[in-house]
Amino acid sequence: MSSETKKVLFGPVIDNNPIALQVLGVCSALAVTSSMANALVMSIAVMLVTAFSNLFISLIRNQIPSSVRIIVQMAIIASLVIVVDQVLKAFSYQLSKELSVFIGLIITNCIVMGRAEAFAMKEKPGISFLDGLGNGLGYGAVLMVVAFFRELFGFGTIFGMEVFKLVQNDGWYQGNGLLVLPFSSFFIIGLTIWAIRQWKPEQVEED
Amino acid sequence: MSDTKKKETFGGTLIFVFIICLVCAALVSISAVGLKPMQQANKLLDKQTKILEASGLLETAGADIVGTYTKFVTAKMIDLDTGTIIEGASIADIDMFDERAEARDEAKSIKPKNDMAGINRRANHAVIYLVKNDQGQLDTIVLPIIGLGLWDLMYGFIGLAPDLNTVRSVVYSDLKETPGLGAEVLNPRWKALWPGKKMYNEQGEAAIKIVKGGAKQGDVHGVDALSGATLTSNGVERTLRFWLGEEGYGPFVTKFKDGGLD
Repeated sequence: MSSETKKVLFGPVIDNNPIALQVLGVCSALAVTSSMANALVMSIAVMLVTAFSNLFISLIRNQIPSSVRIIVQMAIIASLVIVVDQVLKAFSYQLSKELSVFIGLIITNCIVMGRAEAFAMKEKPGISFLDGLGNGLGYGAVLMVVAFFRELFGFGTIFGMEVFKLVQNDGWYQGNGLLVLPFSSFFIIGLTIWAIRQWKPEQVEED
Repeated sequence: MSDTKKKETFGGTLIFVFIICLVCAALVSISAVGLKPMQQANKLLDKQTKILEASGLLETAGADIVGTYTKFVTAKMIDLDTGTIIEGASIADIDMFDERAEARDEAKSIKPKNDMAGINRRANHAVIYLVKNDQGQLDTIVLPIIGLGLWDLMYGFIGLAPDLNTVRSVVYSDLKETPGLGAEVLNPRWKALWPGKKMYNEQGEAAIKIVKGGAKQGDVHGVDALSGATLTSNGVERTLRFWLGEEGYGPFVTKFKDGGLD
C-alpha cells in the first residue's frame, strides 16, 4: 500500500478525524452511542454510505452540472441511505428497530456531504472510495470510544456483556444516569478531542 | 468545478438530473421490493417470538420459533365492543391485522370515552392468541396492548391464565422509552414481578396498579414501579387499566372468564 493511499485511508482516524478535528457529524454521534452494538452498526452504515457516495459521485464528477451538483449529490446519498436501511431491516431486524430513525439521518450527516463536495468532486473514483472508507473509519472510531464509555459506565456492560453488575440486578454498581442520556456524549467527545490534541499539539487551532 | 469546462445548457442539465433520478429511483425500488419478503418474515418472526415469550414458551421453543408457534398458538379475531369471537375471519385477515392502521379508519374504530392509554382511537377488532400446553389444553391467552409511555406509544402483550385474571406475563415488544430508565420495562427482573398478579378485584374491576416505592408483600394487584421512570410506570398502569376495562377487553373477559374459549 503506497503512503498516499495509507494517508487517505487512515489519516481521518486520528490526524484528520471528521468528528475530533473538523467537528462534523456530532449529532448522530450523540444519538446512537448508548450501546456499542448500535454504534458499530451505525459506523458501518456511515462508512458504506460515505465510501459508495464518494465512488459514484467521483465517477460522474465531470458530467455533473455545477449548478445542480449539491442536489445530485443529495439524491445519490439519499438513495444509498435508503438501501442501507432496507438491507438492515431485512438482515438485522432488532437493530433496525432501534436504529432506523438514525440511519435515515445519515442523509444529513455533514461528513458524507463534506467528503463528496471536498474530495469526490475532484479526485479519481478509486481514491475517493478509500477516502470515504477512511472518513467512515474515523467517524466510527470516535463513536466506538464514546459508546465504550457510555455503555460501560452507564449500563455496566460492553457489547451487552455484563462487566459491572448493576444494583438493580443485585450487583454493586450504580449505573451513571448521566451517561445513559445522549447529551453526555458532548463531554466524552470534548474529552476525546482534548486527549487527541494533547497527543498531537499541531491540531490545536491558532488564536 | 468541472475541469472539462464544457458549456452547461439548460436542457443538458435537465436531462442529466432526469437520468440521475431514474437511476436512483431504480436502485431504491429494487432494494425495497427485493428485500420485502425477508423484511416481512423478520417482522412476523419478531411478533411470534414476543407471543411465545408472553406465553412462557420461548425457552422450550429454542431456535424453532415458527414450529412452536404453529403447534401451540391459535390467533382469533374478536369484536371488542361485544367481546365475541368473529368466527368468519379469514386467516389472511388475522395475519394482516394492523391495529394502528384500523384505528386510523373512522369506520373501523371508535374514539374511546376515557382514553387512559392515550391511543386516541381504538380499532373495533383485535387479534388475540390462544396458547395451548403440551396436553392440548388452553394454557395462556395473549392479548396485545398499546399505550402511551413517556415518549411514544409502547406496544406489547399481556399473557393471562384461562381465568382471564391471573397474570402470566407483561411483555413489551416495541417502545422508545429512555434506555436504563423507562426501557427497564424490558428488564427480566421487572418482568418477573408480574406472574401470579391478579388483574381484577372481587368486583370485577381492573385493579392492577403500579406502586411507587415498591408494592407491599402479598399485594396481588400491585407491582413495583420502575425507579426513575414514573411516567413510563404510569403509562403501563393506564395502558393495562384501559385494555382491561370496558372499552378494551372488558366485554371479552366477562364473557369468557368462566371458560368457553377452548
